[in-house]
Amino acid sequence: MASTLGPLLLSVQLAALTTLILVILGTPLAWWLSRTRSRLKPAIQAIVALPIVLPPTVMGFYLLIVLGPYGAVGRWWVEVTGEALTFSFSGLVIASCFYSLPFAVQPLQSAFDALGTQEVEAAWTLGASKIDAFFTIAVPLSAPGFLTATVLSFAHTLGEFGVVLMVGGNIPGETRVVSIAIYDHVESLDYASAHQMSIILVTFAFAVLLSMFLANRRLERRSR
Amino acid sequence: MSGKIAVRYGLQRSDFSLNVDAEIPMRGITGVFGESGAGKTALLRCIAGLEQAAAGRLVIADEVWQDETVSRPVHEREIGYVFQEPRLFAHLNVRQNIEYGQRRGRRSDTGFDEAVELLGLRDLLDRPINTLSGGEAQRTAIARALLRSPRVMLMDEPLAALDRARRDEILPFLDRLHAALSIPVIYVSHSVEEVIRLCDYLLVMEHGCIVAAGDIHEVLLRADLPLLGGEEAGAIIQATAIGHDAADGLTRIAFDDLEMWVPGAYQVGTPLRLRIRANDVSLCREDPGTSTVLNALPGSIESMREEGESCVLVHLAVGSGHILARITRRSRAQLQLEPGDRVIAQIKSVAVKNAPAAGR
Repeated sequence: MASTLGPLLLSVQLAALTTLILVILGTPLAWWLSRTRSRLKPAIQAIVALPIVLPPTVMGFYLLIVLGPYGAVGRWWVEVTGEALTFSFSGLVIASCFYSLPFAVQPLQSAFDALGTQEVEAAWTLGASKIDAFFTIAVPLSAPGFLTATVLSFAHTLGEFGVVLMVGGNIPGETRVVSIAIYDHVESLDYASAHQMSIILVTFAFAVLLSMFLANRRLERRSR
Repeated sequence: MSGKIAVRYGLQRSDFSLNVDAEIPMRGITGVFGESGAGKTALLRCIAGLEQAAAGRLVIADEVWQDETVSRPVHEREIGYVFQEPRLFAHLNVRQNIEYGQRRGRRSDTGFDEAVELLGLRDLLDRPINTLSGGEAQRTAIARALLRSPRVMLMDEPLAALDRARRDEILPFLDRLHAALSIPVIYVSHSVEEVIRLCDYLLVMEHGCIVAAGDIHEVLLRADLPLLGGEEAGAIIQATAIGHDAADGLTRIAFDDLEMWVPGAYQVGTPLRLRIRANDVSLCREDPGTSTVLNALPGSIESMREEGESCVLVHLAVGSGHILARITRRSRAQLQLEPGDRVIAQIKSVAVKNAPAAGR
């Protein structure tokens, strides 16, 4: 059972940390994308959307090069922390953030687009500074977007395989997440363990998505 | 409160330019009147600081809010802005919406209870926003703006998005505000009725410029204005085509429960804006029966204003609308007309200005 729980817990840890980082960094990026008239906007949007289109192995390949001990980021990381980024949990978090970026940014941007300027302008005229109006008006009114961004980033990171395989490898307790573990079990014809993990993942994923859609329905009803 | 609001703004857009220089009294309601696209909303947004591209100067009594060197950000301009749409915050209830500006305000001229009372919101305070009717929502928005303790209220056609019943529900509240508060209000409207009913002063805008400014009675009589006054003094009535007489080339129109004939062919259901000039309206005590004048409407005299040596401009309530009639002093004496009297208005000519029924 420990060999089942270990990879699951690692996956949940990875997904939770990735989601937290993505919501914190993705929110200002999504807000900027939603408000800007900059000519850079389409280019930034295309970059954000790349992970949806690219095979995870391509993403993983480039990340492996950049994060590796001879890559730009990897070398700097080794100098600062003394550890390599590739085949480590930290490297996996960074890779996941890139891999799941569109799943955080796009729902947030849609929510901010749908919000428009009306309520935020009204808040300014009522004495709220831009930061104040953002946190007291824009964020609560975009709650469904935040919920979707959180759940999709979390679920998408949980289901990641190709990037992990390229960047993280298969080190128990460090990078051996649930999808890798299942692949391993199948390879070694241990179908019982593969079944066990898969069914847990399926149930979990369904439960998370169901709660999201239920909660979203409630949020949308409130704002109508 | 004494002093004036001095406004000077220039704003260039590809399809529109605003160029205004005006002084607005620090008391009463000042109407900003004009057709759609005349720049009324743009002017309010400049005053509020919402148009970042606008260059100009804004002085509220003794405080400079904007000039060449400084420009207060929106949240530091003490304004109460009521938009065309209520723009309430859907995640907060009525009370929390009203308190949003109050908690961020620096002074407190109007108390919470006073505002709630003035706008009749006592029973709505704990209601979620999505349960409010259009009229209730707009009243909440007005209370919210008031409790920001503004030095000036800006109202951008607050009634335009409402149907007539809701408008009539809110107008009495605006009358009460007018009577109870000392805060100056700048009230944007394209409705002659609203302007006549609510405003003390009037700015008339055309193509981004102010073409007339002053006391409402003077401005309404301005002869040089295409919209109001002088030879053109008169009223606008919103009506709907309900039938067509092809043989005589006339269209039957209806407004409220009154009907008239107008020249021309219009499809049934078309909203029509009718302009009835004061010079084309004569008054009778009793129905004159058959006459060459096709249209005769019952109405009552709301007020009369003497013009020059010989004329009187009579303000009539007809249905829920108003028309003006210019008669001689002699006629008034002969018919012994007084405010409140019921009369028949004979309308010799009705001009159809086919304009959209609503709009910015």
